[in-house]
Amino acid sequence: MEIKTKTKLRRINAAKITKAVRKLFIEANTVLGEDVVEALQQALSREESQTGKEVLQKIIENAGIARRKKMPICQDTGLAVVFVEMGQDIHIVGGELHAAIEEGVRQAYDEGYLRKSVCDPFTRKNTTDNLPAIIHVDIVAGSHLKIIAMPKGGGSENVSAAKMLTPSAGIDGIKKFVMDTVEAAGANPCPPIIVGVGIGGSLEQACVMAKRALLRPVGEQNRIDERLERIEKELYQSINNLGIGPAGLGGRVTALAVHIEMMPCHIASLPVAVNIQCHVARHKETTL
Amino acid sequence: MEARKIKTPLTEEVVTSLHAGDMVMLSGEVYTARDVAHRRLYEALLKGEKLPFDLQGAVIFYAGPAPTPPGKVIGSIGPTTSYRMDFFTPKLIENGLRGMIGKGNRSPEVVEAIKQHRAVYLGAIGGIAALMSQCVKKAELIAYEDLGPEAIRKLTIVDFPLVVINDFQGNDLYISERRKWRIGDH
Repeated sequence: MEIKTKTKLRRINAAKITKAVRKLFIEANTVLGEDVVEALQQALSREESQTGKEVLQKIIENAGIARRKKMPICQDTGLAVVFVEMGQDIHIVGGELHAAIEEGVRQAYDEGYLRKSVCDPFTRKNTTDNLPAIIHVDIVAGSHLKIIAMPKGGGSENVSAAKMLTPSAGIDGIKKFVMDTVEAAGANPCPPIIVGVGIGGSLEQACVMAKRALLRPVGEQNRIDERLERIEKELYQSINNLGIGPAGLGGRVTALAVHIEMMPCHIASLPVAVNIQCHVARHKETTL
Repeated sequence: MEARKIKTPLTEEVVTSLHAGDMVMLSGEVYTARDVAHRRLYEALLKGEKLPFDLQGAVIFYAGPAPTPPGKVIGSIGPTTSYRMDFFTPKLIENGLRGMIGKGNRSPEVVEAIKQHRAVYLGAIGGIAALMSQCVKKAELIAYEDLGPEAIRKLTIVDFPLVVINDFQGNDLYISERRKWRIGDH
């Protein structure tokens, strides 16, 4: 067997990463994704409640104002969640990956007039730079560096939940947990919501899958596993039957989408995590 | 429904004419306060200290705005979820607070205090902060500057679009509307 000992590494300057992250967070916070706007417009066309319609119109109008005036769509510009996919043939020069990302976050929140929403859990003292960021890194084959910036608001994160079900709970148990979580959340997470669900793995992996599920274009069904596609459709229907409606003021549109990701789990477990996303579903990505 | 124009400070007369589901346009002065500011207000009341603003007829807006860019009155601003303030709220209502602006449901204790002392909980739409900032004509930081976005600001607002969620008669719009639109049981 021939062992390749010399791989040509692609060099990426840390400053380039910082610059990209800065731009992504400002953009994500001020320009709502086209998929979200499209989903909101579709929601408006099927909403039957007059109040619900007015709420959806205001949400769409607000996205337009934010984009034109380069203002945050929502005052809660979130925890800075970052997903990185890094090719193993990359060599970062002039700095370190995490520090480069955090510098980009710091600059975005400072120079972009984004709210600094991070504090010490005990003293509640603001860290004043929106750091630390929450960074997930995957090392993959290749020599590309993909960065996804996802500002995540506190209101929708607060009503998210994870539970270790037992295998006997099965699919019905999973559905019940999702429905209970959404029903308990009610008006709090700024509906219409997007529901990210992670099934399987371990406790933390279920949570990461639930969050990753929120990165899918709104309403795109799981194309890998048709069982999941079916459950997504069922849950979407059941959630919209709850009547919570836009801003929780009643109506037909409570969820814009349900996205589920799944992986195998321990023979003793059935982990499930539900990550709720408000209608200001923000994420922007770039590949260096 | 045509929105009704009301002004702060809120009087008992105005509050008792409001019913869950009424659309209102609120103008006047309101005070931003959220998590830590509420703890401080609460502790000040327990110690008998003077509050940074007069609670009589006052309206608190559960909000922490985005930073104000140069030349602007305020950055994006909108409601945060209200239930986190529930523990402190009855004490504030007992001491004269007449209105609250936020999003999401309140605890039975807050609903009871609203009934007993004739206050009102007004719902704002979350996540339309660029639009709502246009209703803010003046913003002044008046207390707890060290809290940054959580500091107390006195805002002068004009025609803030709100809806009555909990009224003095104990009605709750979130509950009644959800019941109306719900299909079956899950």
